Amino acid sequence: MNQGMVTAAYIIAAILFILSLAGLSKQETARRGNQAGIAGMAIAVLATIIGDGVSSYGILLVTVGVGGAIGAYLARRVEMTQMPELVAMLHSFVGLAAVLVGFASYLTPESHFVGAERTIHDVEIYLGVLIGGLTFTGSVIAFGKLSGKVGSRALILPHRHMINIGIGVACLVLLFMFIGAAPDADSLGTTEHSGKGTGTFILILMTLLSFAFGVHMVMAIGGADMPVVISMLNSYSGWAAAATGFMLSNDLLIVVGALVGSSGAILSYIMCRAMNRKFLSVIMGGWGDTAGGGVDAGDEEHGEAIGVNADEVAEMCRNADSVVIVPGYGMAVAHAQHPVSELTKRLKDAGVNVRFAIHPVAGRMPGHMNVLLAEANVPYDLVLEMDEINEDLASTDVVIVIGANDIVNPSAQENPNSPIAGMPVLEVWKARQVIVSKRSMATGYAGVENPLFFRENTRMLFGDAKESVNGILANL
Amino acid sequence: MLIGVPTETYPGEKRVALTPETAGHILKLGHTLCVQSGAGNTANIADELYAAAGVEVLPDQQAVYDRAEVILKVRAPSSDSSAGDEVAMLRAGTILVSFIWPAQNEPLMNALAERKVTVLAMDSIPRISRAQKMDALSSMANIAGYRAVVEAASNFGRFFTGQITAAGKVPPAKVLVIGAGVAGLAAIGTARGMGAIVRAFDTRPEAAEQVESMGAEFLMLDFKDEDGAGEGGYAKVMSKEFIDAEMALFREQAKEVDIIITTALIPGRPAPELITTDMVESMKPGSVIVDLAAEQGGNCKLTRANEVIRHGEVTLIGYTDLPSRMSAQSSQLYGTNLRHLLSDLSPGKDGAIEVNMEDEVIRGATVIKDGEVTWPPPAPKLSAAPRPVPPKPVVEADNAEVQTGGLNGTLIAVGIVVVSLLLVGRAAPAEFMSHFTVFVLACFVGYQVIWSVTPALHTPLMSVTNAISGIIVVGALLQISSASGMVVFLAAIATLIASINISGGFLVTQRMLKMFRK
Repeated sequence: MNQGMVTAAYIIAAILFILSLAGLSKQETARRGNQAGIAGMAIAVLATIIGDGVSSYGILLVTVGVGGAIGAYLARRVEMTQMPELVAMLHSFVGLAAVLVGFASYLTPESHFVGAERTIHDVEIYLGVLIGGLTFTGSVIAFGKLSGKVGSRALILPHRHMINIGIGVACLVLLFMFIGAAPDADSLGTTEHSGKGTGTFILILMTLLSFAFGVHMVMAIGGADMPVVISMLNSYSGWAAAATGFMLSNDLLIVVGALVGSSGAILSYIMCRAMNRKFLSVIMGGWGDTAGGGVDAGDEEHGEAIGVNADEVAEMCRNADSVVIVPGYGMAVAHAQHPVSELTKRLKDAGVNVRFAIHPVAGRMPGHMNVLLAEANVPYDLVLEMDEINEDLASTDVVIVIGANDIVNPSAQENPNSPIAGMPVLEVWKARQVIVSKRSMATGYAGVENPLFFRENTRMLFGDAKESVNGILANL
Repeated sequence: MLIGVPTETYPGEKRVALTPETAGHILKLGHTLCVQSGAGNTANIADELYAAAGVEVLPDQQAVYDRAEVILKVRAPSSDSSAGDEVAMLRAGTILVSFIWPAQNEPLMNALAERKVTVLAMDSIPRISRAQKMDALSSMANIAGYRAVVEAASNFGRFFTGQITAAGKVPPAKVLVIGAGVAGLAAIGTARGMGAIVRAFDTRPEAAEQVESMGAEFLMLDFKDEDGAGEGGYAKVMSKEFIDAEMALFREQAKEVDIIITTALIPGRPAPELITTDMVESMKPGSVIVDLAAEQGGNCKLTRANEVIRHGEVTLIGYTDLPSRMSAQSSQLYGTNLRHLLSDLSPGKDGAIEVNMEDEVIRGATVIKDGEVTWPPPAPKLSAAPRPVPPKPVVEADNAEVQTGGLNGTLIAVGIVVVSLLLVGRAAPAEFMSHFTVFVLACFVGYQVIWSVTPALHTPLMSVTNAISGIIVVGALLQISSASGMVVFLAAIATLIASINISGGFLVTQRMLKMFRK
């Protein structure tokens, strides 16, 4: 297979990848999209292997085989509530691979660049390793936070902005030192690099810095901002792949990296818009800073929250014509999606119009709630986005909020002094009756009091989400 | 404490202040209960049911008043000897809970104060969120609104709902509800439920949303903004110009609608006249007016309290005892209001009652404390209605600024991008520029494609992009056959983890997508 045929195969693979992403625009075509992605990947990998320049088939088959098996095992085993963790972990792999490929490329003896080309090549390697490094550790920390191995509260170091700036400046200085520095003490011209040159040293130093930066960046971001972090890391893993493509003059890597990078960037933007926050302020860390304290939720009357029992909720649901369920992270934590699905089915059988309202940042990653509900066999045409359902909420009889808080907070619209003022929220308080299933009266991630709980038409159903929903089911 | 419930003595009053269900809750607070024999008869509650719930049934009124330390009633006690002088029967130190209407009943207040009793008036409970569960005015108004429609329907010679039958087409009835308070909203809901076309009017603009949520049309007044929201959730008296515009609206509507239900009432004032005689005369024959303000003169001067009269071809209903006409329902709701109040009065749940004058709700309800008149209470601090959203002109101005700033920023950014592209192009070799072209175009393709992804599929999108970014394996594969052992080692590890990514990402996406079904 000559180089031209490999390139042709790459073009086909790139087209298949684009079709794959396009297929995901609708549920009907999504599976075909995924299959297109698999086909593209198979073509790309086969073409590379068959093409010139690959001869170590033994190592290759072992590594691909073992890696593929591990991946398949993970994919089969993972629970849907753990999807954010899995995605974070996979991001870290792309980051690490980018670092390794960068190093390998730097140390490859076959490189023959000179002049401007060499400078550009060095910059490409440097950027590839830098982005890969921070994607790697950032994703590892995100994985730790999501799986509870690392505390999910934002860790705010003193002078953290100075630390970030310091690392940035150091990386820049190292870049200038790196350009032109030989990978090897013997300089160019020799056949075998020992990897002991100043260039290699600088590259390792920078890699450590980028690792530190990734850790520090994600440590400073708290739990509910995770959707932004995950999408941002997704974006970074794409840019790392693209940088690798530049480094290896491989157009397929560039195309795919750019696709993934822009995909992640758009998701981050959507998530930030859904929280009415600036991307930078999310990345810079928790609410504390940007919201200026923010405990004072205004002078709205904070009366007494009125409790309710599961049997009363069952009664309300039975008598309702329309019910809207608003799930949040609490539903995922309590693994309540199956009882919720059962509730939906029972109410639908009883002739109640049941629908779901999903806020874009509900859960810990974009689309998290949709996946959980799909897992529990909730038909996807019942699951609506915020913009689709907000108008209907006013004519809804009963809204059941399960483990969500900030995304249904009326002060976002009514109190201009609130830290979350202007954030788009589900207007559940307009419904005839609102049931809030929650463990306690504690505030949500933003640390803002939720006046919804004290509204006249709100009833609080305290307790674990799963038990509460099972309680409703038992009384239905 | 022993809580007693005597039979209501007011002529025609069918409600009772205790039901077996509320009795159970009150007993849990540590109190004991007694009821006069036959008190529940008019609300379909026999003595045996009370006894079964653990309430002692006493033979007559005197026994209840002699023994009970707390008296629960619906109507204010009478001082008229013909029905038995209830005020005279109250012993000093007794706590009386009932409707009182202190503003309208000064002689009664004085008489009660002389008896050295403590009186909690259900009508004086502040209308704040926390007290809603004991707001008997709302629960009774709800019933009155429902019953008003039922009474209207029984006096109206046609269907409410429109029908097309073999015997011809029936147009739906048109109902106008004036005043969208609790009673008005209940009337709207009931009339809608029966299939009528409902319109509603209220001077408080915030009522529009509630009216529309009940499925009625809110009639807008072509008039400059004047907020009719007064204190405690009631409307206030409006300016003359406003009233003129309002009357013109009603005059026009009267010719068109079949049924008018008026609920306009501000406590302690005579009811405003909204439906004049000429409006009544302009209505279609067979039309019905239900005047819920009849007790205080009526929103229509022609209505007579407690009577159904005909004025020409129009029926005017002036019942003032609508809740009592549904005594089973109203007793249950009123009883529940009472038991919520009692549970606030018995914080220890140990059978002791504490009239805590620091508590805003109890303070408001207590009109006489140990013989001292404590009415009126200090003005309630908060309105029951949602506060109007403060205008935000400043914020909007900011937004506008940001937007123009954003536009300038975009222009500057575009300029910088163009200049830096040119600079890169000048310095970089041709090969780099061709890769760069591919890169930029791919970014745009990605941008266009990703925006069309439905948010429900964002998680599969992430896992699939994750798998696709495993394409980095190609980079590793290209290096794995290098002559340098170090490079081979690095590339092998990279191949391994990128493979995990590829198979893991695609397979988990496949698994997820299988779950999405219609």
